[in-house]
Amino acid sequence: MSWYYIEGILINCGYVLMVVLGLSLLTGFTGLFSFGHAGFMAIGAYAAALCTLYLHIPYIPALIIGGLAAMLAGLFLGSFTLKLKGDYFCIATLGFGEAVRLIFDNVQALGGARGLSGMAMKTTLPVVLTVSAVAVAALVCLINSRHGRNMVAIREDELAAQVSGINVFRYKMMALAISALYAGIGGGLLAHYMGYIQPAMFKMVKSTEYTIIVIFGGLGSVTGSVVGTLLLTFLPELLREFENWRLVIYGLAVIIIMISRPRGLMGGTELRIGSLIRFFKNPFGFFRKRGAAGEEGGQGHA
Amino acid sequence: MTVFLQQLINGLSLGSVYALMAVGYSLVYSIMNFSNFAHGGVIMVGAYIGYFAMTALGLPFWLAFIVCGLGAGLLAILLERLVYFPLRSRSAPFLYYIISAMGASIFLENIVIATIGPTFRTYPQVFATGPIQVGGLAIGRIDVFMIIVAVAGLLLLTLIIEKTKVGLAIRASSYNIKASTLMGVNVNMVIFTIFLLGGVLAGYAGMLFGMKYTVYPQIGNITTKSFIAAVFGGLGSLPGAIVGSVLLGLLETLTAAYISSNLRDLIAFVVLIGVLVIKPSGLMGKLAEEKA
Repeated sequence: MSWYYIEGILINCGYVLMVVLGLSLLTGFTGLFSFGHAGFMAIGAYAAALCTLYLHIPYIPALIIGGLAAMLAGLFLGSFTLKLKGDYFCIATLGFGEAVRLIFDNVQALGGARGLSGMAMKTTLPVVLTVSAVAVAALVCLINSRHGRNMVAIREDELAAQVSGINVFRYKMMALAISALYAGIGGGLLAHYMGYIQPAMFKMVKSTEYTIIVIFGGLGSVTGSVVGTLLLTFLPELLREFENWRLVIYGLAVIIIMISRPRGLMGGTELRIGSLIRFFKNPFGFFRKRGAAGEEGGQGHA
Repeated sequence: MTVFLQQLINGLSLGSVYALMAVGYSLVYSIMNFSNFAHGGVIMVGAYIGYFAMTALGLPFWLAFIVCGLGAGLLAILLERLVYFPLRSRSAPFLYYIISAMGASIFLENIVIATIGPTFRTYPQVFATGPIQVGGLAIGRIDVFMIIVAVAGLLLLTLIIEKTKVGLAIRASSYNIKASTLMGVNVNMVIFTIFLLGGVLAGYAGMLFGMKYTVYPQIGNITTKSFIAAVFGGLGSLPGAIVGSVLLGLLETLTAAYISSNLRDLIAFVVLIGVLVIKPSGLMGKLAEEKA
């Protein structure tokens, strides 16, 4: 594998990570499921691309504008659908994602099915690394704040959270908006990495893929999302010689994880530098302790 | 007027096949409270079973038709046993069912691509291609057959649900699964039955679509539409699923005829969101309250 190839995969990881982080906040920490994040990504990608192509706005502000556009869409969607219970919200996001793609597909001013092309390819590895680092740091700060704890309370028991005086609707809305912001920035990164975007890039399958990554990494774990993104983006590349069989294995793996290890890789726990040092000092004792802690953490998600 | 009637018939035939698929979603939702996204995989495999029964095995059409239903029903039961049963015995939240279902759907689609290949295949000709002429209207023979199969299948399903003992158990479980277990209903049996019924109908839907268009690994994606139809009519309600399907079929063909065929799919999703915003319980469903 040449460095050029690996660099490409890492940049891929970068924009996938943005969407996955957003989804992790929504799904892993607030307990809301979305099958429409590809739609937010599409809005971000188109908004950012239009900004750089026609308005000649510099790259970084364009990314932020893309994110804000997706956030607005999130607020709009949320104001209608967040009062829905059960999996109706999930279905609504599915409809939203597909509707967004079909709208881009049909609006000829935005290129229709051919999409937009000619964006400067400004998404390089240093940019992706910086954006990811900022995104992870911001997310960790949010989760450890009072607002983050309120979201976790909603995930654990919505009724109890409401009774304790948490404004459930407001916090769900906040989680959805921030989640859409992340997805939108991810879309902007994608648009300026590929140099072109097409509605076909934002199909429902993509939304499902991101949700699968979040679950694979573990609900309620930021580091889990990062590790999950790296593994699940590299894995298909490593399996490239098996071509058609890799998605068969992928589907099978998803089912097996759901059945045998529903917490994902590291659900509810975080990878910390301190625990890494402990691991290298005493690997065996580390696993005994971590295993016990993991079991406790797992109770909340069952 | 003729154009309108023509589109009405096209819409009805499309809607009736949507209904065959949508009742599968609704049956599973009414008992297990999750959307079985693996349904599309069953439809796709059903279409392939029918195709290979007729071409590779050289069976006559009626026999291939029966084999297709049995095969798809068997696959649906297998899916339930292998994928959902382990989740059920752990009483996992609905989300895990949805993700597993999507995994199963990815698995089925790609195992067909890997083993049979991604090419489009056409069914051997069963009906004469010339349409039936009724007073200026040209009705495709396959469309008539679709409506007949759908009506017969749905009538049979309604009979089973309304008149048999298993049907009574299904209805009881859809009201309250815990209470019906306490009353001696065998829930495993109920779930076995709904997957079998849903699977058989899905297989037929797949075969009908395959006959009208072609067979290909992504044919299962058409279930997104029947899923919308199920939500439109009210998830978990059988009559709702049927009415929703027919209405969606009509809406789609009329949009394609009078506005633009590009907007067909968009209309479907707009209907989905509209229904969820205005009346999430759909036309005739009961609103699912989150259990506190």
